[in-house]
Amino acid sequence: MIDPIPHPAGLAGLSYLLILGMLGVAVVLTFIRLYRGPKLADRVIALDLLAIESIGIIVNYAMALNRQMLIDVAIVLALLAFLGTVAFARYLEKRVEP
Amino acid sequence: MIEVLSTLFALLGAFFITVASIGILRMPDLFLRMSATSKASTLGSALTLIAAMIFFQDFSVTTRCLATILFLILTTPVAAHMIGRAGYLSGVRLWERTITDELAGHYDAEARRLEGAAPTPSPAEPQPEKTSETDRFSPPSGRPE
Repeated sequence: MIDPIPHPAGLAGLSYLLILGMLGVAVVLTFIRLYRGPKLADRVIALDLLAIESIGIIVNYAMALNRQMLIDVAIVLALLAFLGTVAFARYLEKRVEP
Repeated sequence: MIEVLSTLFALLGAFFITVASIGILRMPDLFLRMSATSKASTLGSALTLIAAMIFFQDFSVTTRCLATILFLILTTPVAAHMIGRAGYLSGVRLWERTITDELAGHYDAEARRLEGAAPTPSPAEPQPEKTSETDRFSPPSGRPE
């Protein structure tokens, strides 16, 4: 049972709030690029960066909640992000530009 | 002490990931954006995972974090290279203040391959030897312009 309110067991003081706030700002900035990227390749890069930001958020949340098993989610997310980016690149290269 | 150290690493990692997101928003070009995000986000996620390693101090967590760091270091440049190549071949325009474009003239748009169109050889530097595979698919002479 995961507590609804994170209790900072190890991270010093309330610094996990600062860290998660910085990562939230990063996610918002990346979504702006995802929205207005002029080409598809820009959007693919933004998606790749979003996956890495999610890894950061998950690992910091695991430290704030003191749950070790959330690290596994970060591993799976890294694998899936690489696969998605490579697949996008393959089909972007083969696509005939309209 | 351990708490302070892991907090420091987590703060550094969050800082570098934020720098990467500022870079993807502010850079003027696809390739500059890629250059900003791939390096800074790899460093940021590696620092965050190092913070988790210091924080948990468990054997299984340490091996998992090390494997993830190694995987990210191996795969992020590969993904960035593939996206950059696909973007260049699909006609993404470069920044207007770009100094060099070493691939200009190397891409044959009809055959859809990079080494197809032979660039005009400069007299100063000799052209590198072409491989046999290149010769088989695109003969260098007798090609209509």
